[in-house]
Amino acid sequence: MNAPIMQATAQAIPGIIAPVPRQGKASTARMPDPKQKNIKLQDLLFRSVTRTFAFLVLAVLLAIIGSLVYGSLPAMRKFGFGFLTSAEWNPVTEQFGALVPIVGTIATSAIALLIGIPISFGIALFLTELSPSWLKRPLGTAIELLAAIPSIIYGMWGLFVLAPLFADYVQPWLIHTVGAAPVIGALFKGPPQGIGVLTAGFVLAIMVIPFIASVMRDVFDVVPPVLKESAYGLGCTTWEVVWNIVLPHTKVGVIGGIMLGLGRALGETMAVTFLIGNAHQLTTSILAPGNSIASALANEFTEAVGDFYTSALIELGLILFVITFIVLALAKLLLLQLAKGEGRRT
Amino acid sequence: MTTRYSRRLFVNRFNLVMSLITMAFGLTFLLWILLTLLQAGFHAFSTDLFTQMTPPPGSKGGLLNAIAGSVLMATMGTLIGTPIGILAGIYLAEFGSRGWLAPVTRFINDILLSAPSIVIGLFIYEAYVFRVGHFSAWAGAFALALIVIPVVIRTTENMLKLVPDSLREAAAALGTPQWKMILKVTLRSVRAGVITGILLAVARISGETAPLLFTALNNQFWTSNLDAPMANLPVVIFQFAMSPYSDWQQLAWAGALLITMAVLLLNILARTVFRQPRTR
Amino acid sequence: METLVATPEVRTEHAPITAPKMSMRNLDFYYGKFHALKNVNLDVAERRVTAFIGPSGCGKSTLLRTLNRMYSLYPGQRATGQILFNGENLLDATVDLNMLRAKVGMVFQKPTPFPMSIYENIAFGIRLYENLSEREMDERVETALAKAAILDEVKDKLKQSGMALSGGQQQRLCIARAIAVQPDVLLLDEPTSALDPISTAKIEELLSDLKRDYTIAMVTHNMQQAARVSDFTAYMYLGDLIEFGETDQIFLRPMRKETEDYITGRFG
Repeated sequence: MNAPIMQATAQAIPGIIAPVPRQGKASTARMPDPKQKNIKLQDLLFRSVTRTFAFLVLAVLLAIIGSLVYGSLPAMRKFGFGFLTSAEWNPVTEQFGALVPIVGTIATSAIALLIGIPISFGIALFLTELSPSWLKRPLGTAIELLAAIPSIIYGMWGLFVLAPLFADYVQPWLIHTVGAAPVIGALFKGPPQGIGVLTAGFVLAIMVIPFIASVMRDVFDVVPPVLKESAYGLGCTTWEVVWNIVLPHTKVGVIGGIMLGLGRALGETMAVTFLIGNAHQLTTSILAPGNSIASALANEFTEAVGDFYTSALIELGLILFVITFIVLALAKLLLLQLAKGEGRRT
Repeated sequence: MTTRYSRRLFVNRFNLVMSLITMAFGLTFLLWILLTLLQAGFHAFSTDLFTQMTPPPGSKGGLLNAIAGSVLMATMGTLIGTPIGILAGIYLAEFGSRGWLAPVTRFINDILLSAPSIVIGLFIYEAYVFRVGHFSAWAGAFALALIVIPVVIRTTENMLKLVPDSLREAAAALGTPQWKMILKVTLRSVRAGVITGILLAVARISGETAPLLFTALNNQFWTSNLDAPMANLPVVIFQFAMSPYSDWQQLAWAGALLITMAVLLLNILARTVFRQPRTR
Repeated sequence: METLVATPEVRTEHAPITAPKMSMRNLDFYYGKFHALKNVNLDVAERRVTAFIGPSGCGKSTLLRTLNRMYSLYPGQRATGQILFNGENLLDATVDLNMLRAKVGMVFQKPTPFPMSIYENIAFGIRLYENLSEREMDERVETALAKAAILDEVKDKLKQSGMALSGGQQQRLCIARAIAVQPDVLLLDEPTSALDPISTAKIEELLSDLKRDYTIAMVTHNMQQAARVSDFTAYMYLGDLIEFGETDQIFLRPMRKETEDYITGRFG
């Protein structure tokens, strides 16, 4: 599972309140001193144990960064900053550059958000404002189940079911219509192969929709009814209430949800590996095969021979980790900042 | 004014219809994927799946070793990750009000929760597989544990924070040691929620492929040796689905159906059985 | 006279001098199976303040929310009977709710500034109905703020967020927002219960100005307030309209024992 849904579930489950122990004895049962000391020691021990495990989380993060940096040292020494700007990827000559997978990762994620955000918004709008109340739970759960389907299933389904449809219908149509347009036409050139950046981005969109939609639904749900009523009271339509009142009121959470979706899209591995085509080439067309960081790792890591090949792949992993870390950290910081601002205003 | 008003009504109606369409869009893909799985998976379904090992290309076989490996590694990952996650979650919820450690840990944990799982696999490869010199079931379990931990930390903390302070005070008033109070009273009172979180974590790792690629790898045969590469459903599905052999592809569909059903059942179980009725 | 009876058996002595703006006839209201308003008959007089008092849960807020069909937002809530407004029964299914609510504005217990600037809070509603030039819009916004007696306090910070104002200012902003769209009727649901005494006094003062232009129906939990600002008062209890008449009469010479018990504090 995942952050927003975990959070949502967590909030939806009020703890069962255990029977409150009777308080009567408290004043009479004074502990003798040595036992009291013992208790203090036990508590201190317990506290340190939990503290150690909390610390472990930090240690894991540092260890991840440390081991990735260590593993990528040979590649860093050999290629330097040129690694980020070179599109070369040649295991034979041991020349490696990260540009193609970086561009592929960003392009697929951008497509996923471009398709995913409006659809998630529509779903959240439906679930909060339009759905009959008896349908809200089942429909909401159905959308959340989209997030539960393992990514390898998306990959397989995309490869065997969706890609042929894209090759036969969607892509030829795109090439003939948008492809003929100036400037953006360059994005839709080349033969319809089914697999490629667009297909991978489309499947990613389906995968991030449940994350973004459930965050949006949760934040839309907590808009005070009286705020919506006062907009309806002016004669606003449902759309006007949602667009002008609900959305601005919840922008904090909405941005957080979108960033979270972005974080997932950037690091998604298996679905993209099946669909992106795994070609180390740089083209302007999103119909063409490309590569993403995660799929390059999945495809090549166990087969990589030679120190530089392995090291270059580990450096790719480091780059991916740093990018997602920044996106997710920004999302969190932004939320904290905006939440503080909201607090000041009320 | 009337044209303005009719335009507003039109915009409203148009957008609400679009909203309905997006909902249908989401449901369509859920059903489409499930139907594809059912159709292709049932086609390849047989008792061989549960009795035979994964075959070489061109011959008949099943998924027994992969199923067993998946169950074993998911269990190990959960057993390793859950206690760590619960204890760290207790620290954040019960002792986390002061000092720098709790807020920083909470921040980092939220990031690890969404960190790319392939990087987790890469890390275990670097830190463990590479040092011991071979892929192993242990390595796979460690990688899965690292995915379980943040989920359990988050759930435990969220759940414990729902416990009213009056309950803690009541327990403290009895002179109970704090650790006993937390484990026996507070944690127990939110048991259902924590179990839900663990089930969802299990569901998530059951389908994880990326972290196993560089850790447990795969194994065509049965093994009970935890220090050797071990077959597991996701990696087998990946390998078989990407292969050109139709036998293998068939098995991949059967495996995909199995894994999806297991994951969805775990999810629905977590959502229904352990969910308290909403009081709103 | 006949049209002014509160319930068939209770006739009011003093009829409103002005014409009724809204007339409830055999109004019943249900939350699911719960019968929340029972056969209410009552006229809201034009350009007067009509106050609804009664213990909490008596149906006074429910009644107010039928007057602009706010309840229609929630499934399971329904009203039967008639509410005549401008010659139409506003409970008819064919009534256009947006247009109805443009004519019947509402202000709530808690101030509800929209998440936008002070200026936009007012302009937003106007823009729903009219296409004005920038200058005309400025004028309309200023007029609305002036009518709500808040212009002096906010004219230097129109671009700031409406949320930055104090509670009393926010509430007057909401009143300005409601009157900016030029409604016929203003519904006020306990408009001062979340405010301090000074802000309350300001709003009460404002109401006596506003009734020159608007028909006002307000719910209040505060009997003194009803006595101070309203022309007519309706006392409700458990979904029944017990007594309705001119405010002076209700407070000085109540005709029903229940009313007397309530206003003299001997209630319950």
